[in-house]
Amino acid sequence: MSYEAVIGLEVHVQLKTRSKMFTRAATGYGQPENTLTDPVVLALPGTLPVMNKEALDKIIRAGLLLGCAIAPVCKWDRKNYFYPDSPKNYQISQYDQPICIGGAVEIELPGAARNLMGEHKQIALTRIHLEEDVGKLNHGEGASLVDFNRAGTPLMEIVSEPVLRSADEAFAYLTALKMVMIYGGISDCDMEKGQLRCDANISIRPVGQAALGTKVELKNLNSFAFVRDGIAHEIRRQIAVVTAGGKVAQETRDYDGQTGASQSLRSKEMAHDYRYFPDPDLMPVEVDEAWKAAIRATCPELPFDRQRRLQAELELPYTITSVLVPDRDLADFFEETARLGAKPQVAANWITNDLLRELGAARVGLEQSKVRPAHVAGLVALVEQGTILSNAAKEVFIDMFRTGDLPDAVVARRGLKAETNLDELEKWCADAIAGNPKSVADYKGGKESALNAFKGPVMRAAKGKADPRRVDEMLRQLLSRA
Amino acid sequence: MAADLPHATIADLAGRLGRREVSAVELMAAVIARTKAVDGRVRAFNSYDEADALAQARASDDRRAAGAAGPLEGIPIGFKDVISVAGQPLTASSKMLANFVSPYDATVTAKLKAAGALCWGRLNLDEFAMGSSTENSAFHTTANPWDLERVPGGSSGGSAAAVAAGEATASLGSDTGGSIRQPAALCGVVGLKPSYGRVSRYGLIAFASSLDQIGPFARTVGDAATVLGAIAGHDPRDSTSVRQAVPDYAREMAALAASGRKWRLGIPKEYFGEGLDPEVGGAVQAAIEEYRRMGCEIREVSLPHTKYAVGAYYIIATAECSSNLARYDGVRYGHRSAEAQDVLELYFKSRAEGFGPEVKRRIILGTYVLSSGYYDAFYLRAQKVRTLIRRDFLEAYKVVDAILTPTSPTPAFKRGDKTASPLAMYLNDIYTIGVNLAGLPGLSIPCGFTLGGLPVGLQLIGQPFQESELLAIARAYEARTHWGDRRPDL
Repeated sequence: MSYEAVIGLEVHVQLKTRSKMFTRAATGYGQPENTLTDPVVLALPGTLPVMNKEALDKIIRAGLLLGCAIAPVCKWDRKNYFYPDSPKNYQISQYDQPICIGGAVEIELPGAARNLMGEHKQIALTRIHLEEDVGKLNHGEGASLVDFNRAGTPLMEIVSEPVLRSADEAFAYLTALKMVMIYGGISDCDMEKGQLRCDANISIRPVGQAALGTKVELKNLNSFAFVRDGIAHEIRRQIAVVTAGGKVAQETRDYDGQTGASQSLRSKEMAHDYRYFPDPDLMPVEVDEAWKAAIRATCPELPFDRQRRLQAELELPYTITSVLVPDRDLADFFEETARLGAKPQVAANWITNDLLRELGAARVGLEQSKVRPAHVAGLVALVEQGTILSNAAKEVFIDMFRTGDLPDAVVARRGLKAETNLDELEKWCADAIAGNPKSVADYKGGKESALNAFKGPVMRAAKGKADPRRVDEMLRQLLSRA
Repeated sequence: MAADLPHATIADLAGRLGRREVSAVELMAAVIARTKAVDGRVRAFNSYDEADALAQARASDDRRAAGAAGPLEGIPIGFKDVISVAGQPLTASSKMLANFVSPYDATVTAKLKAAGALCWGRLNLDEFAMGSSTENSAFHTTANPWDLERVPGGSSGGSAAAVAAGEATASLGSDTGGSIRQPAALCGVVGLKPSYGRVSRYGLIAFASSLDQIGPFARTVGDAATVLGAIAGHDPRDSTSVRQAVPDYAREMAALAASGRKWRLGIPKEYFGEGLDPEVGGAVQAAIEEYRRMGCEIREVSLPHTKYAVGAYYIIATAECSSNLARYDGVRYGHRSAEAQDVLELYFKSRAEGFGPEVKRRIILGTYVLSSGYYDAFYLRAQKVRTLIRRDFLEAYKVVDAILTPTSPTPAFKRGDKTASPLAMYLNDIYTIGVNLAGLPGLSIPCGFTLGGLPVGLQLIGQPFQESELLAIARAYEARTHWGDRRPDL
């Protein structure tokens, strides 16, 4: 019998806000322990939460970008459970009325080859709700210490429908989701900093069966690769259990990315009763049409829409757009360069090849690059006009990257202007023809490639400053007369 | 002259301080001396810091000398030990917080400081404000200044007793189901629970968030109005506080009280049934007659869902408290068991050792009513009852301006009389709970004494955010009766 997997993901994404979800204490990562706190974060007696509007703006923005319906009222509930990383021993969350309902994430599956676009799919969402993050436990010798810096950071929980069918789809889903979050300025989704965390609900069923199998929740998937590997491992494990005549137990399992194995954390019987009830400290907040409209007005184009536009309108190939688009800043850089008049395909080549290569070699980000869109546009124009030759252009680019000088200045400083003296060019070409009668005969005999034999000597004579197109033209002209 | 200072009203003292007949330091010193003389018997205070109080008084005198006197300049105000004052203990009369010192000011504290008040000592209460006699304090019981064998009421028993005994000019309490009005009645002072959302709860240790409200104890209705004016208002730190302008309560009250208005006053028949002590009932009837003599229209009204109020209250209040008190776990502050070997034991033992029996009873009850499978039958249904109770009141307010009831079914009872039966204790709040469920302002004012010399309180229930009118109705009665002028013989 063959089986198919049914996967739903619960993704937690920290919102990029200045202050915490319910107080003015700053958010941040990598600060000394317990410095990003205040009486509210530490749940001192008498303190009260007050909602951060920026966080609500951002989750509404996420919802609008993903096509969710936005609830007319933002209501808060308490999720009660004891754990030392939770200062109040309840988490303020949204239980029965999430702020975002439905929606979908467009994903791209791996193509048949690297340079080929893969299949696109819409992955339906159940809901997105807002809650507060917890602190962090550091287990040491004989004691466990709590750091509350993370506690109270706004956290979105994005729940997909159980519609993913493979580990690759799950990977593609996370990749696409991260792209949308970065585009929307909602989160940086840096998994190493805990800005994105993922739990997977996985079950299998015989192909063709409509009923769902028993689900297993997989936790601690702390990189995109571990999500993919952990899900693939869990699907194999469940198929092995069922094939051996066993039954999949409903449980929560912990996946260890280092060893590639998982182990049971708790069974269904140990499930919590969270005693949800509406938080009496927080009044429900009405989300009216004007509020939504104001946020919608600032929503960016979605990444895959942008990719389609760049391919259709600017005729960029998939190999280029698949590099440009996932990085919003890089794609913005490109579009600004094109807006300055540079031929799109040529500018895109400079950016995705030369600029990315130099940034990588220098280990700096785009925002620190001295080469700006004006530099690239200027360089493309100089080549286009024939002012410099393409090999000289490479030299100009590297110089600009180091100095930040504009291309005109670099060309002038380095004396890279192309040779345009036709008398001189004619003499070099004539000399080359005179020096190679065999190739003249070959050319005249119809061997087109014989022309190349003259080009080397001409270029050497020109010290590289001759325009290959003009050299080509001049040689043909002289040979037709000879 | 100075002997009289501890019993003077804010209105009187403001004049004398303003005319430099007395300094804030002299006033504070007199209150300290009085406290030292009587608190060994009354035991209203959990703690006080004499040196700090005198330093505050000196600073107040300096401000006055500099021409920067606030509306409560130099007035010593006591705090129920659930309202935080930076640098002072904040214990909730619980072992759990016996050694806790708050690092921040409650919003009401900051407002009182801005008004020039002196933050005087920490006043005893039933642990975490759960109780009606102050016998649930983990530290000691407080005596009723009118009869030291009897309780002062609760949970704000220390706040009421201190004002009655001359140990503070006014005080703050909190009221979740009657915890200001009932002790005010039992101690013969004025106690006001404002409309829900009128006063910020930031810095008040939460018992039941949707019911809790801070309010003043004072010797006169006018003094209560003055303190309310200082502490009311929207607070960006409390999203349940209401964005509504704060009137000058003292002035509006005085103007309305003097206007000779003939109010329409409702008498809810459900509040005069079984369980009402005849002497209390008699005093309240006499007060109603007094209003009739003033020309007010007295009407019987019905609040038909009253019988469900105690049940709904003990579901909602305990549900909220089970969650609100979860933070006391021994991890960040408060009592931590020395016996705990792991994290679960840390929770179990710290909470078992730190909380008293009534607090535990309510946490367990609240945990139960929120449990999966019971939520709809208890919590959700209680919320519906709550809506009906509020509707009853709003319906009555279509025909009356305010409602008059007894504050408490009995005068102060003897210590230990009701501790054996939690239910008997819960019924003390039978007349006050509905007001919290409905979010209304309620006030208790002295309306007589029993033959045994115990004070009786009249409860006035007002319309939402109509505190000025409520105070005026009380003031009109006070001006004719003067029950509050009597002092306990200590």
